[in-house]
Amino acid sequence: MSTTTIDSHTQAASHEMSVGSFLSTYVFSRDHKVIGIQFLFSTLIWFIVGGLLALGIRWQLAWPWSNMPVIGNMLFSAEGGQISPEFYTVLVTMHATVMIFLVIIPILAGAFGNFLIPLMIGADDMAFPTLNMLSYWFMWPAFIFFGAAFFTDGYGAAAGWTSYPPLSAMTTAAPGSGNAQTYWLLGVTFVGVSSMLGSVNYMTTIIQMRAPGMTMFRLPLTIWGMFITALLQAFALPVLTAAGFMLLADRLFGTGFFLPEALSVNNSPMVSGGGQPLLWQHLFWFYSHPAVYIMILPAMGMVSDILACFARKPIFGYKPMVYSICGIAGLGFIVWGHHMFVSGMNPGLGMTFMVATMMIALPSAVKTFNWLGTIYGGKVRFATPMLFALSFVSMFVIGGLSGIFMAATPVDIVIHDTYFIVAHFHYVLFAGTAMAVFGSIYFWFPKMFGRMMNETLGKIHFALTFLFMNGTFFTMHILGAGGFPRRLADPYHYPTFSHMLSMNQFMTICAIGMVAVQVIFAVNFFYSLFWGPKAGRNPWHANGLEWQAPSPPGHGNFDFQPIVYRGPYEYGSPESDEDFYPQTMPPKQERAELA
Amino acid sequence: MGRVWSILFLTVPILGVWTFVAAMNDWWPMSEGAFGPGQWFPALDVSNHVIDHLFYLILYLTGAVFIGTGLVLFWFLWRYDAATNKDPVVFSHGSHALEVVWSILPAVVLLFIAIYQMDAWANARMRRPLTAEGAVKPPLCRVSGRQFEWRIQYPGEDGRLDTPDDLHVLNDLYVPVNEEVVIEIESLDVLHSFFLPNMRVKQDVVPGMRQYVWFHPVKEGVSDIVCAELCGWGHYKMRGQISVVNAAEYDRWFSAAYAAQETSAYDPAEEEE
Repeated sequence: MSTTTIDSHTQAASHEMSVGSFLSTYVFSRDHKVIGIQFLFSTLIWFIVGGLLALGIRWQLAWPWSNMPVIGNMLFSAEGGQISPEFYTVLVTMHATVMIFLVIIPILAGAFGNFLIPLMIGADDMAFPTLNMLSYWFMWPAFIFFGAAFFTDGYGAAAGWTSYPPLSAMTTAAPGSGNAQTYWLLGVTFVGVSSMLGSVNYMTTIIQMRAPGMTMFRLPLTIWGMFITALLQAFALPVLTAAGFMLLADRLFGTGFFLPEALSVNNSPMVSGGGQPLLWQHLFWFYSHPAVYIMILPAMGMVSDILACFARKPIFGYKPMVYSICGIAGLGFIVWGHHMFVSGMNPGLGMTFMVATMMIALPSAVKTFNWLGTIYGGKVRFATPMLFALSFVSMFVIGGLSGIFMAATPVDIVIHDTYFIVAHFHYVLFAGTAMAVFGSIYFWFPKMFGRMMNETLGKIHFALTFLFMNGTFFTMHILGAGGFPRRLADPYHYPTFSHMLSMNQFMTICAIGMVAVQVIFAVNFFYSLFWGPKAGRNPWHANGLEWQAPSPPGHGNFDFQPIVYRGPYEYGSPESDEDFYPQTMPPKQERAELA
Repeated sequence: MGRVWSILFLTVPILGVWTFVAAMNDWWPMSEGAFGPGQWFPALDVSNHVIDHLFYLILYLTGAVFIGTGLVLFWFLWRYDAATNKDPVVFSHGSHALEVVWSILPAVVLLFIAIYQMDAWANARMRRPLTAEGAVKPPLCRVSGRQFEWRIQYPGEDGRLDTPDDLHVLNDLYVPVNEEVVIEIESLDVLHSFFLPNMRVKQDVVPGMRQYVWFHPVKEGVSDIVCAELCGWGHYKMRGQISVVNAAEYDRWFSAAYAAQETSAYDPAEEEE
């Protein structure tokens, strides 16, 4: 291990530590690690909220219009304990909104991006620490606005997470389309500002602050994922923000960007209009399709790091992995129209988007094959992080392959807006990203908090989540191919779908199980936080720079100046005496000279 | 323990395939017998099998990849479990040849799917049906989506819409069998989606836009009109029905409905409800 200590650096760090008051150390902190952990806790709390909203949806689909046990009367006393159709549309809207804007995007970029980027590239902090602090605190207005969107107008924002106008633009269109929808739009805007501040910071940090010897092609794939994600956000987000302000103007100032001439909804006065509802869909998906990759590229990177570490083998095809991340990101900008095949968009344009969409399956396939190649010939250790990472690979295959069905335009005519789509994105976002996030928490927890999580509880948590998850989501493919539509409070009064009730009950039971077993994770997390065994610097015998820093790293991260000699995946290298070869360890020859 | 985990991952392809095979053959224990054999999709009432054909083609192609990767993952985990694998680690950073192979192979397959389906898409959405004389076939009727109902308007004797002799019906669409049916669709307020599961038709209706859908029903019967785009709190109940009938019955229904419309009187009390 390198011991090149730079004394002045350590002194400066410890000096800063002593002057920080509680507030500036833990609340308004500019330390990337504290900000990362703040993001982690906030998003995990919203994860609980989003999960409970999903259970509300599942309850209604399994036992429509029946009282929810215990909590039904507390929540919906006016309706006699049942979920009303108005509230059901709020549930589907807010479940997706919370999960996407308040959980997945901020937990990847905000929590893991913040915590890992400086540590993994050998920097002492982000390039702009104050901006970084702001990126967390700009989430709070979003939390408040989304929270308010629940309780305004009796129900809440109910135009779907995509907020298609005119439903979202006309206050008369839906019960929750009054102020709740305005709050929803403001919430999205603040999430956008927060992401933007973060992404500017990440790009600058990764380009400017790498340790000596850390070339771009020695970066861990996690950092590549974060870097490309930051680029995606920087280029795509302004479009959503602009579109959000246009929709706000339609709602508040009587403009007509998204409203056709003389439109009247529910006997409202006619609007002057002159706009086009499809314009919103183009602008929205121009951001939200790249956002799909914002929600998976960092997870792919983290999974690659975990796989290599626990297979004790270099990642297979490092450069193809990097190129495929770039390929996914590049193609990600020209496939947004595949959300709009049946929207009324010119069908000729649909064909172009179809070909681009087919092609984006290619880099995803390359990544999957390389992950399998990484396991080949290794010595696989089935630790909890590895199990979650393996499940990401296994489940991402399902999510990726089901995407080909909807990329095929004629097939999409039938499965669009059905549970086939719901199955697809839950395989990518829950079975994929959320499982990668769990794996990453188990993997980097020792670095974050200096203590190990319990392995037995972790494995029980994994196995149960894995089984219940597939029980919940796999059957959705079958429903969807049968035409079962999304967002219907009661699909069973259609004779076409009435026989699908008991399948839905099976899924709901699995979903309840899936949410319940997360208690095991919560217990493990908080118990380990205080009483877990001490971790030491490098509990997994990993190569990355972050594992050479103390656990948890102090202010300024490293107690020596990290110098990088090689890539992060030199596991099992014949040049090393052990089965790993930290990036900071000088080559044998140099070590002999030093001695 | 490595053995247990390998087998857990092996269950993914096994149960995955079983689920699909069971659904296709009506073995699914929870479908209440409503899927007949080969009737996993809603019954097909149109002449156009191409969408179903494409679905199954993609299902078999992706199924092969799904089974293949699942088995490889299982075998690698079983074989290279650190607890039992005595061989040294294969210290490799990848293989250029393999990367080329597994980039080109999927690319060829994906391009094949992309090109193979273009014609089906063009027929479904771009090539409007023609009359015997070669002119663009006029729509049979207009369906307008409105919160939360389908308003249907048939041209009267003059063959033109929006004239005083039009027939207006609600949520109850009649079309003749064995004939290419063209329907004009539009929205009167927010977005809706005109979804006929049995006809393999789905098209969002957009306020301010006029669009056409077409299909060729070959089987008489009644099936659902579903709204497939979130349109407000009552989205779930925006249900219509489509009846495919023979030509004689269609004429009978039309004149009866028309006669009923002409003799009905405006009743304010009914409006109040």
